[in-house]
Amino acid sequence: MPTAEHTLEEILNLAAAHFKVPREKLTPDDDFFKALKIDSLQALDLLTKLEHHFHVELPDYELQGVSDFRTLASRIQSRL
Amino acid sequence: MKTFQGQSLSWDVKDGVIELALHRAPCNEIGTVALEELEKFVAALPVLQDQAHALILHSTMKTGFCAGADLSELYYSAQKLQPQEAARGVRDFLQRIHKVMNTIDAAPLTTIAALHGVTFGGGFELALVCDLLIADKMARFCFPELRLGLIPGFGGIPRLKRDLGNGVVRDLLLTGRSFNATKAQQVGLVSQLVGEGEALRVARGTAAQLGKFDRQTAVAAKKFIKPIPYDELKQEIDIFCELFGKPAVQAGLKKFVESTEALPYLP
Repeated sequence: MPTAEHTLEEILNLAAAHFKVPREKLTPDDDFFKALKIDSLQALDLLTKLEHHFHVELPDYELQGVSDFRTLASRIQSRL
Repeated sequence: MKTFQGQSLSWDVKDGVIELALHRAPCNEIGTVALEELEKFVAALPVLQDQAHALILHSTMKTGFCAGADLSELYYSAQKLQPQEAARGVRDFLQRIHKVMNTIDAAPLTTIAALHGVTFGGGFELALVCDLLIADKMARFCFPELRLGLIPGFGGIPRLKRDLGNGVVRDLLLTGRSFNATKAQQVGLVSQLVGEGEALRVARGTAAQLGKFDRQTAVAAKKFIKPIPYDELKQEIDIFCELFGKPAVQAGLKKFVESTEALPYLP
């Protein structure tokens, strides 16, 4: 199983690539809505990408109140 | 009318395949204009289906297939009316959209939904009238109605129950969560899972294959395997209308329409 830090790093890389944001501009504690300049529909896109990448199913209600990469990573890590 | 270009949708017929494209920003929300144009399509179907063996429904919007009913229109139009008038308006809308959905569901054509992105609420219900669902891997499916204090109103529950196990229906309905196309294929909802941006191309290839078979046999097979749950569809309208009058629904709609939260599309 990958470490939590590795999962976080993969999420940051994937988000940067998918939304065409320079990776170096993203940090673990960023609000991903603001950092990626995305709305809720695009957040669902990110969720789908992450589910495919990590081969997990993440019910979207588990993301209520989650807006930073670090917490998002911990939610995914708990399903790996 | 062999071709049509409207505000919400357009259609044309090519090589025996009708293509109905949804194209209203932001994500093909179904309000009065979309309903009227869907009614035009259904009125044109008797002529169109003489020239075709298949129908493909798809969206040209990048955001997805369809985000469902136009909740802003529903909320603001209800606000202008007395509760009883608003309830009558909702029932009329539902009866009209059910007539559209039932006609497409029963059409003597093989129908294919080519799906990507958001396929939520009424959009999911529109996809469910089709015989085959072809989804790209970025498609997501959801019935978010319960958080508004409602149930799906465009025929979603009876059709989902027709097509899937009741456990999956309850999960989608009662949690309001969305799931991706891989899961949708695993549970038997999606027949073909394809790469990002490939759903329409694959749907066209599938439609070409369908054209090789005897049309009357295909129609008989469809009629045999895909009954339309008319009684449950009528019950759904009654339950929806009963719920619509409750204060919690107006509060839920108001919260959604006026929301500035980052997550209005997440349950």
